[in-house]
Amino acid sequence: MITAFTDPFDALLSLQRALEARTTSDWLRDHSASQGPFPPINVFQQGDDILAIVELPGIDKDDLQIQAKENTIRISGRKTMKYPDGSVHRRERMFGDFDRTLSIPIQLDPDGIKAEYRDGVLALVLPRAERDKPRNIHIS
Amino acid sequence: MPEQELLVQKKREHESRDESTVPARIFVPTADIYETPDALNVILEMPGVEKTNVDIEVKDGVLRVDGRIDLSKYRGLQPLYVEYNIGHYARTFQLSNKIDQDKIAAEMKDGVLSLLLPKAEEAKPRTIRVN
Repeated sequence: MITAFTDPFDALLSLQRALEARTTSDWLRDHSASQGPFPPINVFQQGDDILAIVELPGIDKDDLQIQAKENTIRISGRKTMKYPDGSVHRRERMFGDFDRTLSIPIQLDPDGIKAEYRDGVLALVLPRAERDKPRNIHIS
Repeated sequence: MPEQELLVQKKREHESRDESTVPARIFVPTADIYETPDALNVILEMPGVEKTNVDIEVKDGVLRVDGRIDLSKYRGLQPLYVEYNIGHYARTFQLSNKIDQDKIAAEMKDGVLSLLLPKAEEAKPRTIRVN
């Protein structure tokens, strides 16, 4: 759990370690179209809700589609090439189409899903369905 | 080059000759570099970096770019499933041309930094006429 943020350097290191420790998580194993397709996704818990963070630098917002159905989210789109003029010295960036579906193993409220694309990072807020939230059980 | 299905590019860690005092890992942004007769065009992908958190420096023929991500966005988040790690970005390039440092132009959009490094006058190619 990432809670302590005293020293900013420590904070980054502990965040990196926390992420590292979760790379073998099987939380989505049976629900995502295998690990590895583009774009890479990290899933976090934020209170009751789920937050999916996707690295997608250099995408035009109009070329990005997000669909939600029940607990399944589909992220598809296209990263178009914009080659500047001149001779190529280095070409490491990749362009093309992508289409990825992930199913979240909890009940979502599809109407409450919010998407924000900023600085090349897509953040999807996936609120847990009201009926899926834990309830306090009154002990009589 | 035809459009293709995109693959995930694993993040490469930045290796510096000088050991860093910061224990956290730093990643290398993927880059495209193009050269025109007048300028070098360097494009770097640094998802999660705001334009105010980018440092660009040309010194002794070396271009250095640093990008810092905003950690506060991750505060209070508990990772459940992880496919990539995050961290600041850094990359250096040895420049083969003299650059007019005063005219370097930089633009940051959607996590992609475009740098236009105009060549200094004496570094521009000249057409030599054969008599």
